[in-house]
Amino acid sequence: MNAPQQPNLLSIRNVGKHFGGLHVLQDVSFEVPAGSIYGLIGPNGAGKTTVFNLITGLLTPSAGQIDFQGQTLIGLEPHRITHQGIARTFQNIRIFKEMDLLENVMVGMHDHLNYGGFGIFLNSPACRAAEKKARERALELLSWVGLDHKADMLADNLSYGDQRKLEFARALATEPKLLLLDEPVAGMNPSEKTILMEEINNIRNRGYGVFMIEHDMRFVMGLCDRIAVLNFGRIIAEGTPDEVRNNPDVIEAYLGKEDE
Amino acid sequence: MEWFNDFWSTYSTLVFSVGVHALLALSIWLTLSCGLLSLANAAFMGVGAYVSALLTLHLEWSFGSVLLAGGIAPTLVALIIGAPVLRLSGVYLAMATLAFGEVVRITVLNLEITGGPEGLNGIPLATEGWHIALILAVTVYGLARLRRSKVGRAFEAIKEDEVAARLMGINVDRYKLLAFSLGAFIAGVAGALNAHFTFFISPREYGFENAVDILTMAVLGGTSSLIGPMLGSSILTLLPELLRSLQDFRSLVNGAVLVLVVLFLPKGLWESRRIRAFFKRLKGGQA
Ligand SMILES: Nc1ncnc2c1ncn2[C@@H]1O[C@H](COP(=O)(O)OP(=O)(O)OP(=O)(O)O)[C@@H](O)[C@H]1O
Ligand SMILES: [Mg+2]
Repeated sequence: MNAPQQPNLLSIRNVGKHFGGLHVLQDVSFEVPAGSIYGLIGPNGAGKTTVFNLITGLLTPSAGQIDFQGQTLIGLEPHRITHQGIARTFQNIRIFKEMDLLENVMVGMHDHLNYGGFGIFLNSPACRAAEKKARERALELLSWVGLDHKADMLADNLSYGDQRKLEFARALATEPKLLLLDEPVAGMNPSEKTILMEEINNIRNRGYGVFMIEHDMRFVMGLCDRIAVLNFGRIIAEGTPDEVRNNPDVIEAYLGKEDE
Repeated sequence: MEWFNDFWSTYSTLVFSVGVHALLALSIWLTLSCGLLSLANAAFMGVGAYVSALLTLHLEWSFGSVLLAGGIAPTLVALIIGAPVLRLSGVYLAMATLAFGEVVRITVLNLEITGGPEGLNGIPLATEGWHIALILAVTVYGLARLRRSKVGRAFEAIKEDEVAARLMGINVDRYKLLAFSLGAFIAGVAGALNAHFTFFISPREYGFENAVDILTMAVLGGTSSLIGPMLGSSILTLLPELLRSLQDFRSLVNGAVLVLVVLFLPKGLWESRRIRAFFKRLKGGQA
């Protein structure tokens, strides 16, 4: 388990968030190293999704710092943050249902298609070449998640598990350095979970950083290099899966819940 | 050719109107394709009509430059009001853009240079059939290209899920402003074309009813493709003429047609997917 020391991709320092009087996150700090799979776990309502919303700029923190590759993300609009190299999927899937799979993925490439208005209007060779390349790349990404044979299908007609995979491919299309996955295997059956687990491992091996929220303990423990545990808006433990598993606070937070 | 000349002298204005209305329906299709329910297009058309007519009447600009100015003027207005107005969405955006339309109408009504309630008279007849045909063709081609580019996909993504679109790296505010001001440009050119074949324009033609009419054309035809708005605008322009013999029942039948379409074809008359499926079934039936 002795991974070589990597520079930190994402650093979250003393972050707090409250909605009116409701303190959802307090003094949250942790570092996501590059080239690894990082996990964030915690009971329902602990504030996990809120962490993602803060990182991606959908919410602004009430306190603290969020840095990506040494530069602050605070105050950047969401599309700028995507541009910096962070992509995410959503707990409650948000694919574009009225588009086919290929178009869904190509939306993710928006930033990387740099032809202009005249190119579009005149159907310039540069524009055509860029679109062709984007289509090929989109197909490749769909094949990574095993959906390339459904490229022309309307996204709305996909099964739940496939919709999650599509969202995954669409996020990769933004060419991120860090991929945020919010409960990627929720609602999947065990065999689908195993396949996706391999998929996420492959993604990491291709050089992406992965940061995921997950409820399924076996899934998280088997996949993640490091894990942070959030409970009632505070980090109660952080470390390797073994360290976290044996942490008395974590045992209490999880087992204590089961006792109730 | 005798019959054609007869036909043309009777119906040229009607044919011109079909073309102008098609442009207007396409202009609102553009904003709708980005998920914006904007009802400012009648006002944009008015701005284009007045600016172009005034340039023709007072400065005697050439028709080509007048058309261009008629498109640019409302585009500038759109760029200015876009930033505050496009923060709104849904019905609130519709209400704000309607209010903007009223402001334009009342301004035109009270200005000296626009001729107040009497409007502008004696605008030279400069619009010819081929002008409208060419501009319509270029517009349809341009919009079709746009649809198949990253811009069209960005519009569609914004329409479906603004948050997801933002997180795909799309600068949502900028693309909304683009759709809004491009729509204003098309509506403005349509207004300029219109002013130069009707001889006369007045504030009455650019008010609330016209804003709703433009929306109705696009929605009746269907907004899933470019064909829908053109079909809808043609029908709504021609139907009243075809129903001329019904006299007083005209608007009743007109309304009934609308209600039936909305009830039975909520996605409009021309829904690409349904029509493709229909042809597929037809082919399957023959095989
Ligand atoms: N925009 C918001 N306004 C007000 N309260 C919010 C907002 N977003 C989240 N909350 C509250 O913050 C708390 C944490 O929510 P969050 O979605 O981050 O939890 P979570 O750990 O992701 O939970 P789950 O496991 O159920 O997904 C909840 O009590 C929620 O109601
Ligand atoms: Mg959550």
